[in-house]
Amino acid sequence: MSVRISAAIAAISLLSSAALAQGAKPTDPQIAHIAYTAGVIDIAAAKQALEKTSNKDIKAFAEDMVRDHEAVNKQALDLVKKLKVTPEDNDTSRSLTKNGTDKLAELAKLKGAEFDKAYATNEVAYHKAVDGALETLLIPSASNGELKSLLQTGLKIFQGHEQHAEHVAAALK
Amino acid sequence: MTPRWILPIVAALALGMSVPAQAATIQISMENLVISPAEATAKVGDTIEWINKDIFVHTATARNGDWDVTMPPKKTVTLVLKKAGTIEYYCRFHPNMKATLVVEPE
Repeated sequence: MSVRISAAIAAISLLSSAALAQGAKPTDPQIAHIAYTAGVIDIAAAKQALEKTSNKDIKAFAEDMVRDHEAVNKQALDLVKKLKVTPEDNDTSRSLTKNGTDKLAELAKLKGAEFDKAYATNEVAYHKAVDGALETLLIPSASNGELKSLLQTGLKIFQGHEQHAEHVAAALK
Repeated sequence: MTPRWILPIVAALALGMSVPAQAATIQISMENLVISPAEATAKVGDTIEWINKDIFVHTATARNGDWDVTMPPKKTVTLVLKKAGTIEYYCRFHPNMKATLVVEPE
């Protein structure tokens, strides 16, 4: 079994297990926190890539990630402010953050083509996991219409990222 | 009594104005990562108004290199068409966004 698939499965189960453990679907304040955290992690990964890579495709991809995820997160902040919702930290967000931090540390040790490959592979797995979680858990659980719609926009754009990451990863092989 | 020199000016104005009056403005919007209409027709001299309703930066990039327009989030950018042709274009940042613009000769 490829590392990529197992990583994706691990991340999806991680995203859903915390909610399942509580025996209930996540609340809107939790969903907002999870979605925002997922964006922050990908932005951090992209910024690391921009510092480390000299590959033009990786650079362009990472720039896209910063631009799009910052746009979604800005919108998310505006929305919670408007709805007077305080995003609520939760186990899923905490696991995401821990995994993201671990991944940054792991990738920090790599250089050149090795780094590029590991970053691209992780971006495919990460977007797969986030898209899976959005589709099966976060979007169906969201009760506020505007939050749901923002998550749907997020899903659409992240599916594009997933394809883009797959292209970039395939080109590196 | 009309001074003689006024007539050529009036004529020139009338002529000059009749040409641009035919140029049209065509609106194409980008919303929720979709370009609509997906196929539009315009003439050389017409203006395209690209309306970006998304929170993302988009581009309208002609595959043949004729033009490359960048639209900041929630902004409208205009382009005057200078060359005829059937132009396939897409968003460089979100390549799933694709459309066609048919530019007919003037």
